[in-house]
Amino acid sequence: MAHYKMLDGNTACVEAMKMSRVKVISAYPITPQSTIAEKLSDLVAKEELDASYIRVESEHSAMSCAIGAQLTGVRTATATASVGLALMHEVLNVASGLRVPIVMPVVNRSLASPWSLWCDHQDSMAERDSGWIQLYCENVQDVYDTMLMSYRIAEHPDVLTPVMVCLDGFFLSHSMQKLVVAEQVEVDEFVGEYTVNNLKLDPADPIVINNLTGSNEITEMKYQQAVGFEKAKKVMQDVFAEFGRKFGRQKSLVEGYRTEDAEAVIISLGSMSGTIKHVVNELREKGYKVGIVKIVSFRPFPAAELKEVIGTIKKVAVIDRTTGFGGQGAPLWMETRAALNQNVLVKNYIAGLAGRDIHTGTIEKVFFDILASEEESEKPIWIDCDTENAMKIREVYKYV
Amino acid sequence: MFNLNTESKGYVSHGVSACAGCGMELIIRNVLEVLGEDTTIVIPPGCSALFCGYGIESGIKISGLQGNLENSAAYASGISRGYEAQGNFHTKVIAFAGDGGTLDIGLQSLSGMMERGENVLYICYDNEAYMNTGIQGSSASPYGARTTTTPGGKKQQKKDLLGIAMAHNIPYCASASIVNIPDLRKKVKKAREVVGPSLLHIQCPCPTGWGYDTSKSIEVCRNAVQSGAWVLYEYEDGKLTISTKIKELKPLKDYLILQKRFDGMNDEEIETLEAYVREQYHQLMDIAHS
Repeated sequence: MAHYKMLDGNTACVEAMKMSRVKVISAYPITPQSTIAEKLSDLVAKEELDASYIRVESEHSAMSCAIGAQLTGVRTATATASVGLALMHEVLNVASGLRVPIVMPVVNRSLASPWSLWCDHQDSMAERDSGWIQLYCENVQDVYDTMLMSYRIAEHPDVLTPVMVCLDGFFLSHSMQKLVVAEQVEVDEFVGEYTVNNLKLDPADPIVINNLTGSNEITEMKYQQAVGFEKAKKVMQDVFAEFGRKFGRQKSLVEGYRTEDAEAVIISLGSMSGTIKHVVNELREKGYKVGIVKIVSFRPFPAAELKEVIGTIKKVAVIDRTTGFGGQGAPLWMETRAALNQNVLVKNYIAGLAGRDIHTGTIEKVFFDILASEEESEKPIWIDCDTENAMKIREVYKYV
Repeated sequence: MFNLNTESKGYVSHGVSACAGCGMELIIRNVLEVLGEDTTIVIPPGCSALFCGYGIESGIKISGLQGNLENSAAYASGISRGYEAQGNFHTKVIAFAGDGGTLDIGLQSLSGMMERGENVLYICYDNEAYMNTGIQGSSASPYGARTTTTPGGKKQQKKDLLGIAMAHNIPYCASASIVNIPDLRKKVKKAREVVGPSLLHIQCPCPTGWGYDTSKSIEVCRNAVQSGAWVLYEYEDGKLTISTKIKELKPLKDYLILQKRFDGMNDEEIETLEAYVREQYHQLMDIAHS
């Protein structure tokens, strides 16, 4: 029978990796991911996990080792965050282009500069076009569940696309929560053994993988990846449904909460969603017709599903935990704006950068602003930024 | 009976060839012949990537992965661990990279591979510059050499790959040259038997980049060995042995004069390079005899 455990988000990742019987692990420590690297090595040392642990010298090598190992026919594990993910950038595209279905937790952390140890989504958003599926988690249970489901999604022959399981640094990675952990036999049955459905390195049946390829073929090969993303939506829905039947917890690509008769909703990603639900409950009690729509899958972006969940709602506030410099808006807003009809008012709010807490006050400000809005703004609103004094701090002041 | 119409000889496919006079083709044909089919090769982009083939056609008959420029050693580490995790301890995993992919951008992952003791044979064919991209200087280019990014001659001495490998205290590493193929093959064979990391550093003459007639590759390499510019030695279980002892080193000028890349070096520069080469040679002799 399934049982309860108190785990933080990182340990929930490790628990899922262990139960999915990964065979080769390559990891490089980086805050706030480090405990994943530590705990995996500990499991291997104690022989609680039958796997080979490669103590690599960089994140670039962590991903390279994982690709190399998985091409031989084993399920691999690695995890990273922030600048570590940025260092992997080159080989993230190799993993996706070679259709190597690696599942990797990304413990979201701000990108330098300036240095920050804390959560925002700049790291994973910078990789949104790297050909990886991106799933964002709300709480520790969600981290564990999403990890297990991700192996099924990534490795599905229709998909063959690697998955980033994004969990907010510290808010989830270091937050102890009670969760339900499945029995090994249940996970064995659900996740199953790793089988290669595409390229394989095998001396007995030799091929050379990843050679120079001409423009006569690459467009079609990239199209295959695009089709993989298209098909991933259906596969995800099937896997979510099967998981729901087996483990009793439901999940979908887009999750609305109290959207019925809502005048305005916030669109969110990740751990902020829990706080928003709390604020929605409070505001509903005061008579405000508000709700929240959480995007679970950012890549592939579930535009049709989002449109359906939004229905007749006329005001949509999108909170981006990243900057979207120079664009008309940040990434989540852009996707949302493109998905919804022009008669829906869609405003973009930047919040929660570098670990700044998206607290109840910030969320109320967003709701009150969107409720009072009659038109869209030309640029994103930095809702929790001291914009009045922003130009006066630190070195920027001297040159402006 | 060998049939030319259906089978090419060795492990390189039909119709695959490097530039005329290139040492790399001689190296890879011999290396693969010694290693055999139970080998998986990682080749980064660069001259040797031509052996990965193009499109649906492969240039070699063994399993392989074309990697990125800086991570051959990391891909090879992962592949080796993947095989081992499935109980395959017999397939030899090798990396086959040039000097740029090894000594410049790939040094970090190579160091990690050697330090962790990965079961990988790393082969660096050293043509002493980025030949595939158009003869740009690398840290393996010798002092005085003209390249497209050292137009006035390189100001620094060549980086010492085997010195770096020995500092990692790996079980086996050696230098080799196409001027002595039996010695090269013997070293490949030895490296194949090593459990743990091994490294071969093979001088790879490049007529295009070095500026000499395509018929002179062997002569150039012979002069490199005879003058001490390329020392043949091996390091095995902590013991350094000189493979080809030179009774009396030839003047370095005999080696330099054959190649246009050293044109424009003045006498003082040639003396500087010769002094350095001889010092390196005698240091190795001292270690070998200590």
